[in-house]
Amino acid sequence: MNKKISLQLDELTCPSCLTKIEGAVKQEPGVENVKVLFNAGKVKADFDDTQNSADNLANVVTKLGYEVKKVRVKDL
Amino acid sequence: MKFQLWIEKHTTQITAITAVLIAAGYASKYLLQLPVAYALLLAVASIIAVVPIALHAISALRVKVISIELLVTIAVIGAFVIGEYNESAVVTFLFLFGNFLEQKTLAKTRASIKSLTAMAPTTAELVNDDGSVETVDVDDVEEGDVVLVKTGGAIPVDGTVIEGQGYTDEAAVTGESRAVTKNTGDSVFSGTLLSDGYVKIKATKVGEDTTFGKIIELVEDAQDTKSHAEKFIDRFAQYYTPAVLIIALAVFLVSRDFKLAITVLVLGCPGALVIGAPVSNVAGIGNGAKRGILVKGGEAMDTFAKVDTFVFDKTGTLTEGKTALADAKVYGADAAQILTQTAAVEALSDHPLGKAILNAADAQGLDYTKLSISASQTLKGQGITATVDGQEICAGNQKLLAAHHVTLNEQQQADLAALQATGSSVVIVAVAGQVAAIYAIADTIRPELADQLAALRQAGAKHLVMLTGDNAQTANYVAEQLGIDEVHAELLPDEKVTYVKAFKDEGRTVAFVGDGINDSPSLATADIGIAMGSGTDVAIETSDIVLMQSSFAALVHAYKLAKKTVMNTRENVAIAIGVVAFLLLGLIAGFIYMASGMFVHEASILVVIFNAMRLINFGGREKEAKKVPNLTAVK
Repeated sequence: MNKKISLQLDELTCPSCLTKIEGAVKQEPGVENVKVLFNAGKVKADFDDTQNSADNLANVVTKLGYEVKKVRVKDL
Repeated sequence: MKFQLWIEKHTTQITAITAVLIAAGYASKYLLQLPVAYALLLAVASIIAVVPIALHAISALRVKVISIELLVTIAVIGAFVIGEYNESAVVTFLFLFGNFLEQKTLAKTRASIKSLTAMAPTTAELVNDDGSVETVDVDDVEEGDVVLVKTGGAIPVDGTVIEGQGYTDEAAVTGESRAVTKNTGDSVFSGTLLSDGYVKIKATKVGEDTTFGKIIELVEDAQDTKSHAEKFIDRFAQYYTPAVLIIALAVFLVSRDFKLAITVLVLGCPGALVIGAPVSNVAGIGNGAKRGILVKGGEAMDTFAKVDTFVFDKTGTLTEGKTALADAKVYGADAAQILTQTAAVEALSDHPLGKAILNAADAQGLDYTKLSISASQTLKGQGITATVDGQEICAGNQKLLAAHHVTLNEQQQADLAALQATGSSVVIVAVAGQVAAIYAIADTIRPELADQLAALRQAGAKHLVMLTGDNAQTANYVAEQLGIDEVHAELLPDEKVTYVKAFKDEGRTVAFVGDGINDSPSLATADIGIAMGSGTDVAIETSDIVLMQSSFAALVHAYKLAKKTVMNTRENVAIAIGVVAFLLLGLIAGFIYMASGMFVHEASILVVIFNAMRLINFGGREKEAKKVPNLTAVK
């Protein structure tokens, strides 16, 4: 089933972080509509929970070097 | 990856250590005459400081992005290789220190939104089925749950009061700080405060679905919704940064001057250009958000600044929308009886004119709920017809009566004209084909409105238009009082859209200002839709700008703010381009090198951020304080 994930990160300051995070999350399987909110420090995306999980997506962002402070998942 | 996180967290300390090392290096050179120690200290400083920059560069490269950090890293390594330790150390330090200042100042521009999200409650007192109360995370509350809020507490959900009573301060949702009484059955909103009392609330909406959640989401999204200028710059930077890399390489191949090539890398950084436009918008949108003005992003800001024609809906926008029965002419029927019958019909609609009649009936203690009603029909822009206790009743305007072949006699015509000349709206009631009563319903024009419209004109509005479903006489009366340029009356909602379209076709940039209740099509059609005084879902979705307070002062401020923000963006782009041009000239003339180039870059980034920060306090801080007494005086 499709879910909507929202990750709250620390403050983002470099515009290139944005492209980086967006690119990395997009490459994950079953993920669509990735949006990185630079000013709010949030990553939002839709994903298919048969192909991916919220934990994995949070992990992908953490691996890029950004601390994930809060994860919210909502059914679509 | 632990290493990278650790570095990320300690970048400030690394910057400080670098500064100390550089200072020690220069001290040992000039005070202690130890050139070896100088070189050594600066080399160490370079190595330490380049680590966080290089890590950023590498992780960007992994996702195929050539970042500014990459340019700097290559330049620093190059300088290091040719033994220019002072250049490499100073460049890395300035870059890190610049980022640090950027972070601090950016946080200021984002502060308005932060203060908004900080108002969102994080925990809730959940009432279990057995009556016990436990504190839970607000995310764990579900629709249908019951929560308890005590004096001073923030309401965690949108819902209905099922027990207790109190006063709430709904500033977070309406932008208007005043006490609102809440009793059983009343609706309460998440993010508002219970200033006094004790209530149990049944949650109807939770989390992001609440009105407050939507407002936060809107503002957060707005800050990152880019204007055309920003999108252009983004695309530009995407090619510009790799281009700098290629140019530096070309410079090296042609001139065989390694130092010149790495200097080009540093000077070519697009720093101020990339940050200049977004930072203006963030500050501008933040300024609005603090005043209950929600602008949906840079593009809305841009377009709003270009608006030359304002189209207003009359009822609820130019007038207060709080109508009251002002006069009644009754013909050959019992006044109380006809009012009861009219009220019974009007109870079927939520039209503001109908509300005024219901209120009047309630005030006289008439019971209209017992009458039997059948065959009711609501005709948009005309009125209502229904059969009440066997009699056909029409209540509405002249169009409705004409459609039912009811004519007014001479006396009635004269009364109608006299009532309309005072600026009142009229409801004509016909019972069984005969005119029985004419009700005059007055809607007060907002106070100080003529002045506010004049201020709007002064700020650059060229053409003010009023569209209304009301009759022409009332409309003209209101327009005359306010100095409106163009009036179109007796319109249906879809006819309003036609006018908005026509204005656009004439080449004007049109803003439509409405209450967001029944004018969504016009809000959506106009270049800029402005919903006034309602945080309703529909209004938030269809409009480009939401004024949470129903105030024209807010509209004037928003218009000026949009113009100011666009101007600020232009200033920043000009500064950024000017700096690059200056650096290039400096390089050619030979007075700019790597370290001084980096200094100018970082300084220009701070200049554009500071320039944008001027927007945060645009309109003055004291203005908010002034607004509140004004509003209470009106009520």
